[in-house]
Amino acid sequence: MTPYQFKPKSRWREFLGEKFIALNAFAALIAILLIFVFIFKEATPIFTSSEVQKEASLNKMTFKQQFQPDKPSKWSWQPNSDRPKYSLWPLFLGTIKAAIIAMLFAAPLAIGAAIYSAEFASRRMREIIKPVIELLAGIPSVVLGFFALIVLATFLQDLFGLTYRLNILNAGIALGLAIIPIIFTVAEDAMNSVPTSLRDAARALGANPWQVSFTMVLPAALPGIAAGVVLGFGRAIGETMIVLMASGNAAIVSASFVDSARTLSATIAAELAEVVFGSAHYNVLFFIGTALFVFTFVVNLGGELVLQRLKIRFQGKLS
Amino acid sequence: MRRLLAQAVLILALSQAAMAGQITVKGSDTMVRLCQRLAEEYMKGHKQTVIQVSGGGSSSGIAALINDATRVCASSRLLTDAETRIAETKGVKVHQVVVALDGIAIYLHKNNPIVDLTLGQLRDIYTDRITNWKDLGGPDRQIVLYGRENNSGTYTYFQKQILGGEDFADRCEPLPGTASVVNAVAHDVNGIGYGGIAWATTIKYAGIKVNDSAQAVLPSAANVSDRSYPISRELYFFLNGEPTGETREFIDWVLSSAGEQVVVESGYVPVRAK
Repeated sequence: MTPYQFKPKSRWREFLGEKFIALNAFAALIAILLIFVFIFKEATPIFTSSEVQKEASLNKMTFKQQFQPDKPSKWSWQPNSDRPKYSLWPLFLGTIKAAIIAMLFAAPLAIGAAIYSAEFASRRMREIIKPVIELLAGIPSVVLGFFALIVLATFLQDLFGLTYRLNILNAGIALGLAIIPIIFTVAEDAMNSVPTSLRDAARALGANPWQVSFTMVLPAALPGIAAGVVLGFGRAIGETMIVLMASGNAAIVSASFVDSARTLSATIAAELAEVVFGSAHYNVLFFIGTALFVFTFVVNLGGELVLQRLKIRFQGKLS
Repeated sequence: MRRLLAQAVLILALSQAAMAGQITVKGSDTMVRLCQRLAEEYMKGHKQTVIQVSGGGSSSGIAALINDATRVCASSRLLTDAETRIAETKGVKVHQVVVALDGIAIYLHKNNPIVDLTLGQLRDIYTDRITNWKDLGGPDRQIVLYGRENNSGTYTYFQKQILGGEDFADRCEPLPGTASVVNAVAHDVNGIGYGGIAWATTIKYAGIKVNDSAQAVLPSAANVSDRSYPISRELYFFLNGEPTGETREFIDWVLSSAGEQVVVESGYVPVRAK
């Protein structure tokens, strides 16, 4: 047998191939840039057009407004009205409240599962748990939303005697189901990437498995776990279908977590299809889109940066 | 797909000859789906006629009729005084045909002891002036409001007719369709909702009274078509003068039992009582 001889047949073909692959890699970057530019472009009349600002200026979207002389001023989202009201507060509050419930539900479960899977589970057990939890990520959000709408809502209402069947608690728990796999995967990876040498050192000093996990591995992997939580939070903010179906979508400002809520993303999904092109309402929806984009981008970027630094710390290099 | 087909047929027919009749129907967005189905069914039996349906809202349809830009105007409301004046000055004699009736039912949970509501109570419920069932003679429980998303024609109609143009209460939960509203009320003993009148298996309808002393009327096709049910509106075709030729044929077909079948399938009530 003659040894395989690598002999490049044509340099320019390789050159083209390489450039093509590079272009693929940059396509995503360019797409993100273009998406941002176009979404923001549709939102600019809020800053430039006095016609639009009469209905929806930054001031009107942020602060309490008095709509009737005999009633107290309030934040109100009523875009289809004789006098349209575009306060973003109820929507922002709804988004944050749903995300908080989702985090409170998902983070302990996901981190607990990650610790068990990475530290205590037998190899066999781990091979079952890991794919099953990650399978949760494969469930379409509309299915989770449907489950929350039909099953979970009734269960929670009966359990707690809630006034509102569709509420933030319901939406938040369904949302939590969607972000458990995100937190779990990142947290588990972080714990697994703690070098074996550190574990060995701890064991050599006589630490039992519990001590190894909680005084050695967990603190070392903490930034990674935090990054998982942050990435999960980003998903919770942007997730649309689940909250659209399960939260009741009433735009109210309240401190209660069992009231209904309308989130930013659900508002876009529900209203964009029928909105009058070029109206103030249309511009406001794109403004919401821009805000969501920037917010989730910053959150995700933060999470990724933490993970990046963690890798450098453990491995001494970028990988 | 059927719309595409209809458009393809339209283009083919347009290219054939001008003598092949073309009827344009423009106006109400609420009625677009109804008009499209009417047109499709009609064109199946009348290959020589082409009907082009477009929306844009009742106002733009009426304007188009006055400016002679459409043969038929579909509208979910009557002309305003100003529109009537403009039509008169332009010499347009508006001929009115009621093609269908649209009734909005009020849904309650089957175990809700409340049987009927007045229009005033309904307004107070949906504008947050009445928030507890005990104020209506029911149990001491908070009323949970269900409605439609703000892009729905039903939302706008309810807001104008029942709430007198006021905003819905902020805590009213908007849902994406009539079926969702029915489902929500069916699951919620404190719930109230509104929507079309053909969904009565899992919920009950509230009888509606015009005022305290009036008789309560249940929403049914018969009560809507004899106009005794108060939350209903007429859906119109407006034409310039009495219809003639193929337009007349189309209008007559719409009011025939074949047309009424399409009206019923589209979720509306035919003009004649069944």
